[in-house]
Amino acid sequence: MKINKKIIYFMVIIFISNFSYGKIIIEPGPNAYDRIQEALILAEPYENIHLSSGYYEIEDGLSLDIDNVTLSGDGLDKTILSFKNQKSGAEGLLVTSNGVTLSDFAVEDTIGDAIVVKKANGIRFLRVRVEWTDGPKSSNGAYGLYPVESKDVLIDSCIAIGASDAGIYVGQSERIKVINSEAKFNVAGIEIENSYFAEVTNNIAHHNTGGILIFDLPNLPQQGGHDILVKNNKVLNNDTPNFAPKGNIVGKTPNGTGIMVMANEKVILEENYISGNATAGILVVSYLDEYEDDNYNPLPNKIFIRNNQLNNNGFDVDKVRAEPIALLTKNKAPEIIWDGVTSFPEWIGLSKRQRLILGPNKTKDRKTDMINLNLMTYALLPWFHKTKEDYDDYIGEGISLTEVNFKTKW
Amino acid sequence: MVKKYTKFIFFLFLIILINSVSYAKPHKQLSDYNFFKDIKNQIPIDETVPYKIANPLFSDYSYKFRFVHMPLNTAAEYSYNNVFNFPIGTTIIKTFGYPIDERDLDKGFQLLETRLLIKNKDGWEPLSYIWNNEQTNAFLKYTGHTFNVSWISNNGQEKYVRYRAPNVNQCKNCHEINNKIQPIGPKGRNMNINFVYPSGEANQIDFWHDRKLLNNIPTPLKRNPAIWNDTKYGINERARSYLDANCAHCHQKGASASNSGFYLNIDENNSSILGIYKTPVAAGRGSGGLKYIIDPGNPADSILLYRMISTDPGVMMPELSRNLQHEEAIPLIREWISQLK
Repeated sequence: MKINKKIIYFMVIIFISNFSYGKIIIEPGPNAYDRIQEALILAEPYENIHLSSGYYEIEDGLSLDIDNVTLSGDGLDKTILSFKNQKSGAEGLLVTSNGVTLSDFAVEDTIGDAIVVKKANGIRFLRVRVEWTDGPKSSNGAYGLYPVESKDVLIDSCIAIGASDAGIYVGQSERIKVINSEAKFNVAGIEIENSYFAEVTNNIAHHNTGGILIFDLPNLPQQGGHDILVKNNKVLNNDTPNFAPKGNIVGKTPNGTGIMVMANEKVILEENYISGNATAGILVVSYLDEYEDDNYNPLPNKIFIRNNQLNNNGFDVDKVRAEPIALLTKNKAPEIIWDGVTSFPEWIGLSKRQRLILGPNKTKDRKTDMINLNLMTYALLPWFHKTKEDYDDYIGEGISLTEVNFKTKW
Repeated sequence: MVKKYTKFIFFLFLIILINSVSYAKPHKQLSDYNFFKDIKNQIPIDETVPYKIANPLFSDYSYKFRFVHMPLNTAAEYSYNNVFNFPIGTTIIKTFGYPIDERDLDKGFQLLETRLLIKNKDGWEPLSYIWNNEQTNAFLKYTGHTFNVSWISNNGQEKYVRYRAPNVNQCKNCHEINNKIQPIGPKGRNMNINFVYPSGEANQIDFWHDRKLLNNIPTPLKRNPAIWNDTKYGINERARSYLDANCAHCHQKGASASNSGFYLNIDENNSSILGIYKTPVAAGRGSGGLKYIIDPGNPADSILLYRMISTDPGVMMPELSRNLQHEEAIPLIREWISQLK
């Protein structure tokens, strides 16, 4: 009987040890790539790979493909993965598994994108910094934090600096929260593209070319972006001249754009503080380039703007990238700008839609102003063209969005 | 109390034991698989069948020695457009190496890595074995390896390359479609060519048929697509074959570049999906300041050619397995784009 008991205890221990989650600790030093990559490949689900504070020089792209792994460091200024001498790999770190957490480290100077996450069900970025340390340059990598084709994306308390496209970029994804984060000296600070159900709240986007961009583009597997909340962000002094390599869609972002919405449906912009953006505080536009895609809707719809504080925007409109605005406002633009492009039946008055909906917004010393550039008429009947600037014409009942509830339990 | 749960715990223990045993660990050394009679010279045993494919992926001018090893008395199912359906237990073997002197292959090769794809009941498992300096054996390595290689090319020039054997995750980058790892090469349209076997030259499909290694072979066999460097085919067909072999493993629906919406598989016919007048989405500086992936008639303004010419890791395509320009293919793609309308 006694022996039996011992055997049972032994079995219980083995049983527990099978399910206990290990922690692998890696220190800085030579062969950092091999040691980290080996840990990332041999990791068990729910394991924690911890990178002790210090400077890691990495020459090749790292990748993780095991579910529920946590890759952590000692802090976004303490554990630094430097890719200054990167020789291969299109990005610094690639994650292709589900339920992963990345926390408390920095990725610097990657040759392409910094951290790419593809097709993940559940990805968390917590206190992660991505940076190109030489400041804004067109030779910097395109994206900082770059989850794409993913579900349940949480980006919390992260920092993105110097991306030649977007610092924080979420593309073709679903259920997204970007919160408490900072983006500066990027072309686009924070960009949500072709995505469904996103909350962008409590962030600071400053000194980018454009602060926060909500885009929908044609010819992509997922399109028709909708249900995006942009709330309580500070979008300030986005004054870095556009340095995107030509040919990229963000290369068209006018210098000094606060928040820009392109071709999405159901977007709420509320309680943001938007100031010091030379072209526009808020810009709502359609996708005006040529494209071949029958399933794509290039027009924004139900963009609801209320309770924002808008000061000192549109004081020096970008004459190259925002030529129609510069032309039609004589370089001094109102706080809120809509290009006024609609479907043809709407234009001739046969149908009506609330593409732009305004609630009350605040501006220091004066009433918030707006302009409908009425570009449809400008293009089709230029002799009859007039801009429309009556704010009250756009006041309407608000919309409500589906709340973002993650299904992943980290 | 304890007695009550004895059976239950014993049962659990059994399950764990079975689970941990059923995951067979891969061999540490390539020689342990016994695929070769002479491993150094890559001479296979009888059951290991060598093959080549009509349109291979360019990998920095490395030579590739391909073999397949199926369990005794099993056969694969033929498919023209998809990879043959191989039986469980199959291993696909590919050794990468550089000739010492390309003008005289009898001088031998420097072997770098041997990649295996092993089909078990859960699917294909990728493994990479790195050759030792003595060239006597190769050893399992998960993290890949960097080689600085030099060789003498066809025209007598000494060439260098920083050859990167991929890590296990990077294997998936090209081999994964809809979350499943797949071989890429051995599909009907790639296999219907001749091979010089020790017994003499023969068509590979016929040879496999005679050896009872392949079932469901249709008669007659469907015509092959163009071989990319065979000038008896037209430019368009050659270019599409090249792009299929070198790009479509990622640039197709469900593969790793699916988010680009830009697909180059040989059966894609939609011109904007093929990149014609399609603007880049997430290319970053990979766009090279150009507006379209393919600007018909204007190769110099086409991102596709720009990224094919580049050797900057942040720009070039494919992202993996290439550090050098493919000098013979660049003129083909240039000509193809210039004659597109």
